[in-house]
Amino acid sequence: MTDLPITTTTASDRARDIRAAVESRLKTRHASERRFKLYGQLAIAIALSFLVVLLGRIVTQGASTFVVHSISVQVPLDPARIDQTALEGVNYDIMVADAVLAKLGEKDDDYGTKSEAIKDLMSPDFGFQLLNMIKADSSLIGKTVTVSGPLRANADLYFKGEIKRSSPEEERTLSNQQLDWLDALKSSGAVKTGFNFGFFTKSDSTEPEQAGVLGAVVGSAMMLLVTAFLAVPIGVMAAVYLEEFAPKNSWTDVIEVNINNLAAVPSIVYGLLGLGLFINTLGVPRSSPLLGGLVLALMALPTVIIATRSSLKAVPPSIREAALGVGASRTQAVFHHVLPLAMPGVMTGSILALAHALGETAPLLMIGMVSFVPGVPHGFDQAATVLPVQVFIWENASERAFHERTAAAIMVLLVFMILMNAVAIIVRRRFERRW
Amino acid sequence: MLTWIAILVLAALSGLAFLMGRRKALASAGGSPAKMHSLPGYYGTYVALWVGVPAALLLFVSIMFGGRLEHALLTANQPPILHQLSAEQKELFFQDAQALAEGRQLSEAVYEPNMKVALDAKASEAKGYVNAFKQGTFALMGVLVLAGFLATFPRLNKDFRARNRVEGWVDGLLMACSIVAVVTTLGIILSLVWESLRFFSSVSPAEFLLGTHWSPQIGMRDDQVGSSGGFGALPLFAGTFLVMMIAMCVAGPVGLFSAIYLSEYAGPKARAVFKPLLEILAGVPTVVYGFFAALTVGPIFRQGFNSLGGLFLGGPLNELGLYLGQVQNQMALVAGVVMGIMLIPFVSSLSDDIINSVPQALRDGSYAMGATKSETVKKVVLPAALPGIAGAFLLAISRAIGETMIVTMAAGLQAKLTLNPLETVTTVTVQIVTLLTGDQEFDSPKTLAAFGLGLTLFAVTLVLNIVALRIVQKYREQYD
Repeated sequence: MTDLPITTTTASDRARDIRAAVESRLKTRHASERRFKLYGQLAIAIALSFLVVLLGRIVTQGASTFVVHSISVQVPLDPARIDQTALEGVNYDIMVADAVLAKLGEKDDDYGTKSEAIKDLMSPDFGFQLLNMIKADSSLIGKTVTVSGPLRANADLYFKGEIKRSSPEEERTLSNQQLDWLDALKSSGAVKTGFNFGFFTKSDSTEPEQAGVLGAVVGSAMMLLVTAFLAVPIGVMAAVYLEEFAPKNSWTDVIEVNINNLAAVPSIVYGLLGLGLFINTLGVPRSSPLLGGLVLALMALPTVIIATRSSLKAVPPSIREAALGVGASRTQAVFHHVLPLAMPGVMTGSILALAHALGETAPLLMIGMVSFVPGVPHGFDQAATVLPVQVFIWENASERAFHERTAAAIMVLLVFMILMNAVAIIVRRRFERRW
Repeated sequence: MLTWIAILVLAALSGLAFLMGRRKALASAGGSPAKMHSLPGYYGTYVALWVGVPAALLLFVSIMFGGRLEHALLTANQPPILHQLSAEQKELFFQDAQALAEGRQLSEAVYEPNMKVALDAKASEAKGYVNAFKQGTFALMGVLVLAGFLATFPRLNKDFRARNRVEGWVDGLLMACSIVAVVTTLGIILSLVWESLRFFSSVSPAEFLLGTHWSPQIGMRDDQVGSSGGFGALPLFAGTFLVMMIAMCVAGPVGLFSAIYLSEYAGPKARAVFKPLLEILAGVPTVVYGFFAALTVGPIFRQGFNSLGGLFLGGPLNELGLYLGQVQNQMALVAGVVMGIMLIPFVSSLSDDIINSVPQALRDGSYAMGATKSETVKKVVLPAALPGIAGAFLLAISRAIGETMIVTMAAGLQAKLTLNPLETVTTVTVQIVTLLTGDQEFDSPKTLAAFGLGLTLFAVTLVLNIVALRIVQKYREQYD
């Protein structure tokens, strides 16, 4: 009896001890809980800040491309300086430069240093414009004609603040005198600032101020067309076979494993396949949209198959059974009922696979699409360039003015990808049925 | 032009066969579809398929391989005047002869008068072959169309099992499509192995895999400087490994923690916002990451390290300061970090799926014992999800090894055997791109080396993928 009170006190003591221990540990446990949650939030914040920095940086680098500084020059076509027998050989650039010098009210020295310096500020396109005018109408010789176009890339960069007067003269591509001239032209109102339509209506060029993305956009569209026409039907039919018709045996297992692995094969390996098989063995023309489309179709195929299979799986078996029950054959049940119901998922998956193919670069480098292609491709078997490869080519160019164009080309590429993704999302929202 | 007419005629004939087949079957049933075995359309389709498909296949084959056959015939007997030409000149000569015959643009080669005579003779010969080949193809197509029609049309009557036959065709087509995937794999393996074998006949595999000297430029002359032609790929493997490790150090923790946050902590609203944003990061083309790495991250890192080096100058760490002062834009760290950013959404979405498939009962049990959320995640959810997450990481590693554009634009070309992240390194994929872009002759070991590297890359990523997919699948089955 005497023991009892003692044991109860020890029991309650122990309970109090445990409670105290738990409570003291609770603090550290909650602290570690908050820390852990913070890590998660930090991870998300880091990932999203990367996204913001990446996109923000590209927009800030590329935005200046959409502004262009152009000039109109009245060039007197002096018959003494134009050899009518060899129109191609005339130095039109110097004539343009002299006209600009006259506009500035300066006189050239005997060695032509000033006109050479002015020439470096004008796009060589002025010369070609003059040549084409005279070729079209030789009666223009002796008259004064007006040509207009963008300034050369360096002059453009100066107006955009990329080349600064404050930096030492020998580190700049433009001399102080050239900058003075540019300022004079600007203040006299001869230089006009406008939206750079040329970036969307011209193709690749060696001169940054003349380079545009039209050829690359058309090339990408043609290539994507080939990819879509091959990958989507073949992928959908393969998926229908594997999901609805194939017997479950080791052969179909092989195909399954195969498709899953193909989806994870590095894209550059597809480029090697294109080079080894399509170019060297089958003789498909190099750097053509046809070849690029073939390679990308093989790449997109597993994605289309996997997406189609999962949307076929989502169609409830009752649909099939009902069709079979009213006397449809298996083929009819699949093609008349199951596949149409799975179509929204198929379309979404296919568009996403195509959007991915649009941004793919590495395999295209292997099959010769890095070559310089001025102009819009004329056919599926002609040399072409595509948007991501254009980005790669411009990024490698040494001229600084190409860097802003690279960023601008990326913006065009991203706009197309966002459009495709938006279409995929709309298709999914509009047509997808939950069973 | 003629080909297009042939295609149109073939389509018209198939259409005609469809109408005739349908009409005959209907007539045999006295005009009532109810007495027929199949719907009337199936009879027509059956005849149309046999009329159109074999001829179309023949046309396709002749377009694919016709030019090659003509070329072989053309080069079979060579006029004596050609013997003085080199192999490439001969090749050009025959190409020009074919171009002349087909009215295409000639190459820029200049031919002397007597050569021009030979060229014209060959061109007219080529024209003859082209015409003969075309006529032969069209004649054979006609025979196929007729045979297809005669073999099927007379058999049609109301009891003919036309639907089953047509469905047999459909089954065949579907199966052929699913075999394309297998053929692709075979094509990859065969083209890689074939070219690699040619490469390994001049460079031994042991030297390739274990050698430490990589300089694939082989000189035109023997005495040329800097053209020793070393094909030891170990520095490339080291470079690839280094960039991959850096990338995983960024993508692993960030991706995993975002997945944990998204699946365990974030409410449905936050999830609906953050998940699509991460998917945008995943949808950005790799060439964009490459641009970002080369023109933004590279310069920033270089300036950062250079000014850090400036702080050490003159102090006890003078050597380190000097080293940091001359760090270049192109370093393994830049490529690795940017690649890591690219892999974050990949790791996070895979891990998110896997964490979500851990049964809720495990979590509830843990909460009932009084565990906090983080304790549940650390002690219950993660151990349960570990195999799946390991699989996800393996897939990410395989992606990192095969990634091309970021390293091509940001990592550099110098093959160095180093684990220093501030050095310029080169990777397997960079070397494949460098070896295969630009002018190339296909038989030099230089270009074949790219296929050797490609085979290695394919083999390694294939093993990683198979293991990873197996793990992920096993794991999913465990909780299904």
